[in-house]
Amino acid sequence: MKHSTFIWFFSPTALAMLLFIAFPIVSVLVQSVHAPHKAVLIEVETCTPLVGCTKETSIDQEATRELREKKPIGRFIGLEIFTDRGHLAISEVKEIWSGSENFNEFFKKIGNLPFYRAMAFTLTFTFIVTPLVVIVGFLVALNVNALHERLKGVVVFFSLLPFVITPLIGALVLFWMIDSRGILGSAIQWIFADPNLSLKASTGLMWISLIVYGVWHAAPFAFVIFYAGLQTLPADQLEAAQIDGATRTQQVRYVVLPHLMPLVSFVALIQLMDNFRVFEPIVGFNADAHAQSLSWFIFNDLGGETRQFSSASATSVLTIIGVTILLLPVLRRTWRDFMEKST
Amino acid sequence: MNSKILSIVGALSLTAFSAAQACEISARVSVVGNEFPAIQTVGAGAAACKGAEVSTNLTADHQKINVPGMQGNPAEYTSAIVANSSIVALMNEDVIRPLDDLVAKHGGDLKSSQLIKVNGKVMAVAFMANAQHLMYRKDVLADLGISVPKTYEEMLAAAEKIRASGKMSNPVGGAYKAGWNLAQEFNNMFLGYGGSHFEAGSANPSVNSEAGVNALNMMKALSEYMNPDFLTHDSNVTNAEYRAGNIALLNMWGSRASSQTTAEGVTDAVKNGHAIAGPMTVGGGSTAASTLWWDGWTVAKNISDAEAEATFIAMMNGISPSMMSDENIRTQAVWLIDGYKPTDAAIGVFEAAKMGTTPYPMLPYMGLMHTALGAELPDFMQGKETAEQALADVEAAYVAAAKEKGYLN
Repeated sequence: MKHSTFIWFFSPTALAMLLFIAFPIVSVLVQSVHAPHKAVLIEVETCTPLVGCTKETSIDQEATRELREKKPIGRFIGLEIFTDRGHLAISEVKEIWSGSENFNEFFKKIGNLPFYRAMAFTLTFTFIVTPLVVIVGFLVALNVNALHERLKGVVVFFSLLPFVITPLIGALVLFWMIDSRGILGSAIQWIFADPNLSLKASTGLMWISLIVYGVWHAAPFAFVIFYAGLQTLPADQLEAAQIDGATRTQQVRYVVLPHLMPLVSFVALIQLMDNFRVFEPIVGFNADAHAQSLSWFIFNDLGGETRQFSSASATSVLTIIGVTILLLPVLRRTWRDFMEKST
Repeated sequence: MNSKILSIVGALSLTAFSAAQACEISARVSVVGNEFPAIQTVGAGAAACKGAEVSTNLTADHQKINVPGMQGNPAEYTSAIVANSSIVALMNEDVIRPLDDLVAKHGGDLKSSQLIKVNGKVMAVAFMANAQHLMYRKDVLADLGISVPKTYEEMLAAAEKIRASGKMSNPVGGAYKAGWNLAQEFNNMFLGYGGSHFEAGSANPSVNSEAGVNALNMMKALSEYMNPDFLTHDSNVTNAEYRAGNIALLNMWGSRASSQTTAEGVTDAVKNGHAIAGPMTVGGGSTAASTLWWDGWTVAKNISDAEAEATFIAMMNGISPSMMSDENIRTQAVWLIDGYKPTDAAIGVFEAAKMGTTPYPMLPYMGLMHTALGAELPDFMQGKETAEQALADVEAAYVAAAKEKGYLN
């Protein structure tokens, strides 16, 4: 393709990427190094029903407006937000490091800082759910592919349902089922003969519930990709393997799997990204007492009565960095494949 | 569910007579607010005005949308229905206007006690008072010969007796959901123990104190008598448990008192046994372990004067004294409106006012403290850390947020 033709073809995409990807990233970067101006506080008389008038602290609107008009973006604070307790907590970590006698104590104390606690859950979730989704999706695809033609349509439809349901709704449905008065919750209490056993009150059980939900929700995505991939499997290769006397396991191991490998990388890539940003199940399961993620922090910063835009922006930047680190191995592999092909 | 039915009934009866009242407006009115029966009634009253479009968006998520919805110019919402806590966010962002001129022109029916004045200017018009107080099952207490608890210590003793009797395994209810609700229960208990959230005259936190530790220990003791899922129970779920007859004692919002017996699915035992009383004290203190609230409406700053005037007239129609002749509306809240005669459902809130219950602090940085409490206290409630550690975490989280917002250096 001629360079000028390529540029004309690509320019709408480039414009969209600039608008919807580059600008938002620049915006959070800028906001994360700025904070609202220092508050100008005054004592004022406040009168309310049933109580009467009292002296209360309030914000001096005139003075604040003047400050804001002079510099609408706020005050520059550099990386202060990134290093504060709500994020990387640099000084707290140093203090814990020097105050701990062994690693065990160190990790226990680190787990009390919001960012690291969220990372502990997010990484556990990501690294358990991603492989399980790939494996479950692959197995379902293999089995559906082996079904009789007439059954396939129906089974494919039902296997896709968990992915079709809105994540928040799916999470809520499961949430009510595991409630101590719900069907799964009571069943578990009955099985273990413990009326006080509650999935929602135990951090470990809550993590397991979230992971089960994560796999349940995303496995159909992997399934449908692998199923599509299986349709492109060259029949002659399989037949050759059968003639050579390969068992079904061997066929899968040496013919099907290598053929689907690029799709495995693709699913893993998307899943790593999605799972690192785990959010809906935490809200749906009301799980924030047990499990938090960076996305949940952003939601919490923006949802309170007092919005913390700088903190939310800093967390967004950290999320971008986190996703990039997670994807590095996969991206490197894709790059290598690309270079090999082009030479 | 039934709160909706109630409000529809309220709305219907309202439109019936407000049509006769002829409320005429000439500019757009758009209201955002919380969702409970009394506010639905006010919204319906405002919407009864003719001459221009009146839209209402009443949702439990109102706090997430009211500031962004009023920051634009012109603002999407011309009025926000707020309480002591949420008006602070609107004042901090400077999105509501002083109402003195409009009160002088159209505020004929208002009592002076309804005017929320900050620095001499009317910033909101209050229409109802609210407080959390005791609700209980008089039949259960009477059966076991327990007198109505006046303190949280008595509540614990009563809970133990009910559990021992085998009537209920988890007789205590509470809105202890991690986040805003749990933090609010801490505020109640903390004020009951004589605590104060900030050092006098500054934004420095002071929750890590003896009062704070005592408050947390009392909450922990109460939670032993609650449904094990208590950290996921907000007011709605707690009330559902109560209406289903699963709990006998709870600290609950006065604005929910009337719907406890009328909501869908209430058992007859609960209907006949439901009773309310004032807030309890704790730790031998004389201050109620509760906070006093008002709900009122504001008018946006970034709208034309014509829209502001229309909004004021419509909202005045929403809190018209003529509503007070309607029995259904009267029971919905403790109205501050002229002509209101208290119903039985109002006893708890009036008792709270009589006891001199501390109002929820209207401080610019209280919202940050509330958020920090809601995020850090669940660890203690789950037994993962000590009360002192949890409170130290609260202070650290609050300080980080207050520095960002420019309240602390």
